[in-house]
Amino acid sequence: MTTDFQLPAIDYQAISPLLILFGVACLGVLVEAFVPRPARRRVQLGMALVGVLAALGAVVLLAGTNVVTAGGSVTVDGPALFMQGALLAFGVVALLLIGERRVEPGGAFVAQPAITVGSEADQRQASAPGATEVFPLAMFSLGGMALFIAASDLLTMFIALELLSLPLYLMCALARRHRLISQEAAVKYFLLGAYASGFFLFGVVLAYGYAGSVDLAAIHAAVDTSQMNPALLYAALALIVMGLLFKTAAAPFHVWAPDVYQGAPTPITAFMAACTKVAAFGALLRVTYVAFERLAWDWLPVIGVIAVLTMLVGAVLAVTQTDLKRLLAYSSIANAGFVLVGVLAVGRTGASSAMFYLVAYGFAVLGAFAVISLVRDREGETTHLSRWAGLGRRSPLVAGVFTVVMLALAGIPLTGGFTAKFAVFSAALEVGEGWLVIAGVVSSVIIAFPYLRVVVMMWLSEPSESTATMVAPGLLTGTALGIGALAVVGLGVVPGPVLDLAHDAALFLR
Amino acid sequence: MPGPEHYVALSALLFTIGAVGVLVRRNAIVLFMCIELMLNAANLALVTFARLHGDLNGQVMAFFVMVVAAAEVVVGLAIIMLIFRTRRSASVDDSNLLKY
Repeated sequence: MTTDFQLPAIDYQAISPLLILFGVACLGVLVEAFVPRPARRRVQLGMALVGVLAALGAVVLLAGTNVVTAGGSVTVDGPALFMQGALLAFGVVALLLIGERRVEPGGAFVAQPAITVGSEADQRQASAPGATEVFPLAMFSLGGMALFIAASDLLTMFIALELLSLPLYLMCALARRHRLISQEAAVKYFLLGAYASGFFLFGVVLAYGYAGSVDLAAIHAAVDTSQMNPALLYAALALIVMGLLFKTAAAPFHVWAPDVYQGAPTPITAFMAACTKVAAFGALLRVTYVAFERLAWDWLPVIGVIAVLTMLVGAVLAVTQTDLKRLLAYSSIANAGFVLVGVLAVGRTGASSAMFYLVAYGFAVLGAFAVISLVRDREGETTHLSRWAGLGRRSPLVAGVFTVVMLALAGIPLTGGFTAKFAVFSAALEVGEGWLVIAGVVSSVIIAFPYLRVVVMMWLSEPSESTATMVAPGLLTGTALGIGALAVVGLGVVPGPVLDLAHDAALFLR
Repeated sequence: MPGPEHYVALSALLFTIGAVGVLVRRNAIVLFMCIELMLNAANLALVTFARLHGDLNGQVMAFFVMVVAAAEVVVGLAIIMLIFRTRRSASVDDSNLLKY
């Protein structure tokens, strides 16, 4: 065993986006401690937005970098930078939704989540301004996601996984209204998430046992040379992929998603749907393409079956839903299946189509949840489908945005959703995975029905007494809505620049 | 004299006990203990493999896992406490508002 210790060389510029995110998160904790309560929200929101935008700027400046740094634990390459960029763009929109206080007095978050629901203290805090801890939590989570995508050894990936998950569990429990289901979502997400990361960790350990290192490139090299029992390698692969598929909400590891999406505060659901998906697929792509590429013939059929199952389960169960947040949760499951089709077209085209799909899906889903946060009655948000009947007659503008977003999710031409689906399906056809494309097209047709049903209900029904009211969006939600709608239409009408960017970026550095 | 392979087998056994425990038990605290058992099984395997490969990194990783487990306890117990206070029960069967 070696006893001398050498300081690893760190390329600070290459990891500057991560440093900015974690720095702002730590500053946010200090702000909670030292800044007087009335000023906190402005300071926190401003700091978080500036931080994410600065990190986004740093990612843009790094474009074209290909470097492994920090003692071989962080890889900054094309896919990492592209997905970090997408992640941070979604982060900005999600932060706008998290910071909104016009729509609901005091914001979507409760002031003291620890106070027992229904107690006197709880009634007193009903109109108190919401907790601002959510901003540093969101920043830690974003930092963890950015690290997750760029991690080039499995230990760093595990740490990043926990770093992105733990704040998410907490944020799920912070809803101001419907606190019981919000807490229930948190406990379900926590128990299942910790369970899945236990599997992931054991997979990491077995990979270490097989290869003698957790470095992804070293595992790749060990696949041909290691003297250890190959059973270790296959068990490691299965457990690691299981842990990652849980985060992407792929069937049969999807059961947490509907409950958590429905129970969590809507801005956090938006954050989860857009950002966690990118982070999880970033890590999945890196693990399968970099560490286990030589085993592709072994994992392709298995993940292929999972992809088909995910698409069909998501699509069929979405049809039966009556709650919009739950419907979007099943839609996110189905979409995870579509991204998996891209992942399975192993190669540059596959990776770039999956990355483009994530961008198109993220903006659409952020827009959808932004609209959901606006439709309310006295009890808070009304997400039951029947309460949305006739909304189009009352507030055509916002209902129009929702229609565009739904059409994008359904994959209608001239929206980002169509381009994205076309990209993943043609990538799969190119490598001869026709069966995935057939399953994909069938599920796209099935899942178009629930999306279009919402649209039809909004526009073609007469508003009645039970129709919810649409609250006028404040500046923050309005901006988020605008970004979502523009991006969805933009990616459909002129997808070229982003497609090219994804294609140029889609080479993993080993 | 037990060799490294015995420790790997023991760790796999502990991991399985934890994984099955999560599936069959109903109390959130017990579920959580089972998850911690899975993490500790991973630690045992890490240290064993470190010995097997003559590589210190495995032992260092075990420390990382311990820290992560500690952080997870903080978040997890806070959430379970929250549920227990409002429902007077830590059984996961009672958390049944969200379904289908």
